[in-house]
Amino acid sequence: MKVKNAILFLVIIAIVGLAAFTAFEGLRVGELTIRPIRDAIKQGLDIKGGVYVVYEADTDASGQELDQIINQTIEVFRRRVDAMGLTEPYVVREGDKRIRVELPGVENAQEALDMIGRTAQLQFITTEGEVVVTGSNVRKAEATFISGEANPVVELEFDSEGTRNFAEATGKHIGEPIFIILDDEIISSPMVRNMIPNGQGFISGDFTVESASQLAALIRGGALPVNLNEVETSTITATLGVNALDRSIAAAKIGLFLVLLFMLVYYRIPGLVANIALTIYIILVLTILVLLNATLTLPGIAALILSIGMAVDANVIIFERLKEELRVGKTVRSAIDSGFKRAIRAILDSNITTLIAGVVLYQFGTGPIRGFAITLIIGILVSMFTAIVITKFLLKLIVGMNITKNNKLFGA
Amino acid sequence: MKIIEKKKIWFTISSVIIALGLLLAMINGINLGIDFTGGALMEIELHQQVEVSEIREITNQYDPNASINLLGPERTILQIRSTDDFDSSTRGEIFQQFKEKYNLEENEPLRAQQFGPAIGREIQNRAFLSMIISAIGMLIYISYRFEFRFGIAAIVALIHDILIVLAVYSIFRIPVNSPFVAAMLTILGYSINDTIVLFDRIRENVKFIKKSNYEQVANDSISQTITRSINTSLTTLITIIALYILGVEQIQVFALPLIAGVISGTYSSIFIATPVWVMLKEKQHKKFYH
Repeated sequence: MKVKNAILFLVIIAIVGLAAFTAFEGLRVGELTIRPIRDAIKQGLDIKGGVYVVYEADTDASGQELDQIINQTIEVFRRRVDAMGLTEPYVVREGDKRIRVELPGVENAQEALDMIGRTAQLQFITTEGEVVVTGSNVRKAEATFISGEANPVVELEFDSEGTRNFAEATGKHIGEPIFIILDDEIISSPMVRNMIPNGQGFISGDFTVESASQLAALIRGGALPVNLNEVETSTITATLGVNALDRSIAAAKIGLFLVLLFMLVYYRIPGLVANIALTIYIILVLTILVLLNATLTLPGIAALILSIGMAVDANVIIFERLKEELRVGKTVRSAIDSGFKRAIRAILDSNITTLIAGVVLYQFGTGPIRGFAITLIIGILVSMFTAIVITKFLLKLIVGMNITKNNKLFGA
Repeated sequence: MKIIEKKKIWFTISSVIIALGLLLAMINGINLGIDFTGGALMEIELHQQVEVSEIREITNQYDPNASINLLGPERTILQIRSTDDFDSSTRGEIFQQFKEKYNLEENEPLRAQQFGPAIGREIQNRAFLSMIISAIGMLIYISYRFEFRFGIAAIVALIHDILIVLAVYSIFRIPVNSPFVAAMLTILGYSINDTIVLFDRIRENVKFIKKSNYEQVANDSISQTITRSINTSLTTLITIIALYILGVEQIQVFALPLIAGVISGTYSSIFIATPVWVMLKEKQHKKFYH
């Protein structure tokens, strides 16, 4: 019994140690690679840097009509965002008339904002103000160089309706200009030299390769069905976020070290057990965050660090009970049993009330605050498990090893 | 321990702090964040120390009332805060002006935020609503698990903690913004957690009560749980203080109220919630027997 318990205890320590090492440094065994938590976890905009913007549709539409407008807008946003080649973009409807766009890791936030928020209504208009083709008639738009133009151009190919209209208009207006208008701004006004029957046109102008491909992408993505107002934006550079993350990790390390030290000095053997449980707690919470694909935000890190302090609480409640039971003369073994039994009610009630705050926070919060709430909720649930189940198991294991008869080491 | 008998002292201490906070809030006004009022914020790394008057030359073109702060260890980071919600092209223009004047290499501000005024009101309402809903949720749970009077006493302690932390916000002029809501709700959670552990002990001790001596029961329960209360606040405080000392500004404005909240939460469980419960219990007892 004694030897078996000791071996089991050492195995557990080894597993926890390996898991902690993996969490920090990552692991590579043959084909299997586990990334360190820092890289595996999805980082929020406030850490990774990037931009988010919330738009509100400028419309009085409601019901199905509104749904359709919003869904179309989201569709256009998605195409534009995809054209930027970003990883993990996030476009979602928020409330009735709002759409939230998050672009983590975007380099030039201002440019990105300009491109996303543009209505991009493209029109070809004759001198009489007659609309010949619009952006919706465009089947293909590409930036390219053509002979006779020094700057790159945007080459267009129209659909069948566009081709017909364009041929008719160019046939009628030889010698006159056609205005190419993007969002009320004339971007080009080429002269019609002859009729164009093949449905191909181009927009020339003062383009660079970059601005031409951007315009092409905008036209390909289609126009927004509605005007949008920015109601909330936030941009943050990656340098600022990385600094925040580094300093938070440093704070976590120091805070954790002091808590571990305090528990060991004050509670001795149970303190050691609590420390193992706490290590398991941290690894579990981080792993669950990774598995849920939850986003780690700065307030989330604060919640995590705070939860380390609070996770110890359940153990403190149990150990104080344990001490009381030992003081009235019980054996260590029966003190553990009754201590746990009496402490469990306080732990459950106090954690469930905290959980209520966490759930409300999740329901009402947005963005980083939600990240905070998720971390808090997971933290509370996991800490109950580690404090009650794991601590009890380990304590009994140690008692079973019969290494000491000294009750003082259990806090008596 | 004679905690309950001295309740007047504890109530006075708390009242003084809350009154001080209220007074300062009335004199200085509450420093509402732009997410509550609507507005814009920009932070630009200038790589040099610049006079505020020089900065104003640019910012006055957009908002003469904008507040200008210099941040960072070398005070080279310019922070502009305005209650006008500059749209993205205005923000771009402002940045461009600084970029040209100070030959900046960057293409962007370090950080920029903008909140429309409607959003600000919404966030405020939501914040308020979420606190009320969690308080009601907790009251129902405690009434179900304990007794209505415990619930009332716990909520009184919660309101106390919120007021104390608000006082800290007002005294230190910390901006009241979205993280404020998270901080507040965390404090609610922590404070109620602490109170419940104490009430759990009272609930247990009440069973062995003689002659309805609620004061005695409360005092005994406090001394039985005080080590736990102190140790738990200590471990929690250790981690938040580390966060406060090492964290960046956004984390610090979050950590400071949490420090105040943890201390207040521990204090209120013992010195506010328990005496209030005793008062309610004694009142009920009198009604019953007279």
